[in-house]
Amino acid sequence: MSSKTKTMWNVGLIGGLLLLLFVLEQVIPSSSMFFTVLKKGAIYALVAVSMNLLNGFTGLFSLGQAGFMLVGAYTYAILTIPVESRHSVYQYFDGGIIQFALPVPVALIAGGIAAAIFAYLIGLPVLRLKSDYLAIATLGFAEIIRAVFQWDKLGPITNGSNLLRNFPSFKSVLYPFVVAGICIALIVLLINSTYGRAFKAIRDDEIAAEAMGINLAHHKRLAFVISSFFAGISGGLLAMYQTSIQASMFKSAMTYEILLIVVIGGIGSVTGSCISSFLFIACSEWWLRFLDNENLYIGGFHVPLLRPGFRKVVFAVIIMLMVLFYRRGIMGDKEFSLEAIRNFFRRKFGKGKEAKGGASHE
Amino acid sequence: MDWMTQNLPYLLAGISVGGQYALIAIGYTMVYGILRLINFAHGDIFMVAGLIMVYSTTIMPIYLAIPLMIVLTVLLGFVVERVAYKPLRSAPRMSIMISAIGVSYLLQNLALYVTGGLSQQYPAIPWISDTIQVFGATTKRVTVITPVLTILLVIGLVLLIKHTKIGMAMRAASRDFETSQLMGIKINSVISTTFIIGSFLAAIGSLLFFTNYTGVTPTVGAMPGLKAFVAAVFGGIGSIPGAVIGAFIIGICENIIKGLGWTTFSDAFTFALLIVILLVKPTGLFGEKATDKV
Amino acid sequence: MSKEHVLKVENVTMQFGGVIAVDNMNLEVNKGEIISLIGPNGAGKTTAFNVITGVYAPTNGAVYFKDHKIIQNHPQGKMKKLYQGENAREYAGQHVMAPTPDKITKLGIARTFQNIRLFKSQTVFENILIAKHMLRTSNIFTATFRLNAREEAKMRQEAEELLKLMELEDVRNELATSLPYGKQRHLEIARAMATKPELLLLDEPAAGMNPQETMELTQFIGRIRDEFGLTIFMIEHHMDLVMEISDRIYVLDFGKPIAEGVPEEIRNNPRVIEAYLGGADDE
Repeated sequence: MSSKTKTMWNVGLIGGLLLLLFVLEQVIPSSSMFFTVLKKGAIYALVAVSMNLLNGFTGLFSLGQAGFMLVGAYTYAILTIPVESRHSVYQYFDGGIIQFALPVPVALIAGGIAAAIFAYLIGLPVLRLKSDYLAIATLGFAEIIRAVFQWDKLGPITNGSNLLRNFPSFKSVLYPFVVAGICIALIVLLINSTYGRAFKAIRDDEIAAEAMGINLAHHKRLAFVISSFFAGISGGLLAMYQTSIQASMFKSAMTYEILLIVVIGGIGSVTGSCISSFLFIACSEWWLRFLDNENLYIGGFHVPLLRPGFRKVVFAVIIMLMVLFYRRGIMGDKEFSLEAIRNFFRRKFGKGKEAKGGASHE
Repeated sequence: MDWMTQNLPYLLAGISVGGQYALIAIGYTMVYGILRLINFAHGDIFMVAGLIMVYSTTIMPIYLAIPLMIVLTVLLGFVVERVAYKPLRSAPRMSIMISAIGVSYLLQNLALYVTGGLSQQYPAIPWISDTIQVFGATTKRVTVITPVLTILLVIGLVLLIKHTKIGMAMRAASRDFETSQLMGIKINSVISTTFIIGSFLAAIGSLLFFTNYTGVTPTVGAMPGLKAFVAAVFGGIGSIPGAVIGAFIIGICENIIKGLGWTTFSDAFTFALLIVILLVKPTGLFGEKATDKV
Repeated sequence: MSKEHVLKVENVTMQFGGVIAVDNMNLEVNKGEIISLIGPNGAGKTTAFNVITGVYAPTNGAVYFKDHKIIQNHPQGKMKKLYQGENAREYAGQHVMAPTPDKITKLGIARTFQNIRLFKSQTVFENILIAKHMLRTSNIFTATFRLNAREEAKMRQEAEELLKLMELEDVRNELATSLPYGKQRHLEIARAMATKPELLLLDEPAAGMNPQETMELTQFIGRIRDEFGLTIFMIEHHMDLVMEISDRIYVLDFGKPIAEGVPEEIRNNPRVIEAYLGGADDE
């Protein structure tokens, strides 16, 4: 396929998907778990891809994602709470000091920018560190960010450790899909550009990359800042989805969860991260829900062990099995594409068809 | 002197918490020294040790419950290594770390399932839970016992590593994993021993820790675990004395910060301290300098 | 003399702790020459390369590229006391210049590595294309939004042309690490060439090659020198190769240059024979 037809196909596919979602939304009741999974899945897909940009494509092992999501979520929330409800939200801080509200898209981007600024400042010292040391330092900074946002002296802005709520959220599943879709598309464009090639070179061999004239400090900082920008946007989306946020949500456990998604999808595969995030969310929130039901009977047989919490145990076991037996993740470092599917079927169904298919394309 | 009496409880608590962190940190640092693995599940093993104690004391007297808890914790550490880490020995370092995160996730969810998410009251252990007076400050006996016991255990451990055959094998494995295998060291038994020692110390640590902070919840291990790891990195990961000193420094600093009324920042401060150290000395206080050959 | 210096190393000393790896090294490489640096293992040859390419800042001394000073340092901090080399005062108080390797490459000095360092997850073509990144004029936004299409096309075209010249066209889409050893060395040289250097540093290009491959490499090095108007400075142990194509040879022993001259002089230099060729080579 030429690159033009490929782009056309992909655009058509995405358009079709959005149309399908639109139709489904008219048919299926909006309270269905199906939409919950799609909404949260789209948001997690974005943050997983942003983490993959760093860990998978640039080879920087960073565990700060939850911190940058927090910055994005807070910035979004703080900037969009309507002026009239500020008094009830900031009830312990006289309505806070910010007395305006920005439009949602502006606030989302501001959230991304705020996260990027934090990342720039944190990156100055920590990006000199290597592998595990970088991981623990970024994890540490995420915890520091969390503490700072909970600090009551900043209460007039952040509302201290209290909930932020009443900010605008979305109803339609199309909203997170479109925003996350645009962001992921941008990341893909970046990865396939000359900068993306430089990132991959750094991942493969820092010393050789430097000898090829790639400025390590500059490129690492770029990857870190861009990844955090998108983590910030996904934080904003998460705030919209949750309708209320609190700093204590964004613990390191959240980063681990995202890292699991990235690894299960395949380190260095964007489509892998997307697929895996939907599967992860569907599995943890929806498909296994029956396991929490204490009164489950199969043909008169009372299934033992089931009670609230069992779902999560089973889910963790599934995760462990995935990690132990699918080490390279769902996609490895390959990408999911129409071409890949076509090649797969060709390989499956003998040479005759391949020759025929090849001839018809000539 | 006035300042002293006011702050002595915090200092004592700091030394005590430092000792508890030290016992956990040794597990991190030894495993990292040999496998280059941040064993994210170690904090949760510490938590499970707490839960085992809670449940076993309901059916047996405490003098049976303590040894049982230690044995079961050690067994858990051993099994986790065999099931979750050993199959990944030749896999990239990332996979085994993810496996550790998976184990941590599993242990936390299991605990959640078993406890139903409710905080469990840790049993009071006679004698060490008793209240005593130290220089006019009121505290539990465990506060004084912890540092002493920690130091005794560390001395024992260092002697073990310096003077026994298995200790020598451990040192060799942490210096060069592949070569030590070629030299006929049974790497699997060395690694198992490492996990056994680490879990044993974590079990003792949990006994001391939960005597002071009596609520056991599924995520209670996460923070002490993370801080103990920070202590290990702080002291120079792979170095046992480094981990112990790092743990004491972090425990004391954290409690002094609390004493100054900055409780919100006591966790953040630990990490800030770590970051400062890493920037000044990238491999920690007693870490060896690693060079990348060009 | 109408000779034009491309590289001049002046009083360079590299000391690690108490160990002197390179001891007061002085050498010059002129335009169009092929210069070899030889010496026993551990003589400090690769360390010298690492100093020239910015991997290490020298403890003392200066490096000039095309008559511009690019690297300069003098003993500082702890080294002030520890320093055992010569000319300690020569550069004291002068401006410290310690550019990172990427800056050196941008000036026009490219290198290969003793232990091959290819980008292992990338194809042969991509390995070469990466080297073109440094010549970009686009920034991250223009690159992401594909506003640099013309430049991108030019990068690709140049990379293709280089592939042809380097006879790597047939393995274009193979993973770099799946190539046979000799081809990997070849690719490393091609990748260095993609940065359009004036001076090429080759660190043991023939290491691990059989006589046949070494002979081909000899011709190849001569050919790229002529075709690209390059200056080549290399470390090599294969004496056939060194004697055949070198214009001049420097011999290093225990970090100190012990001899310099055309191949014939080196071959007959008693100090060199004693230090290096010894009885091992009875040509």
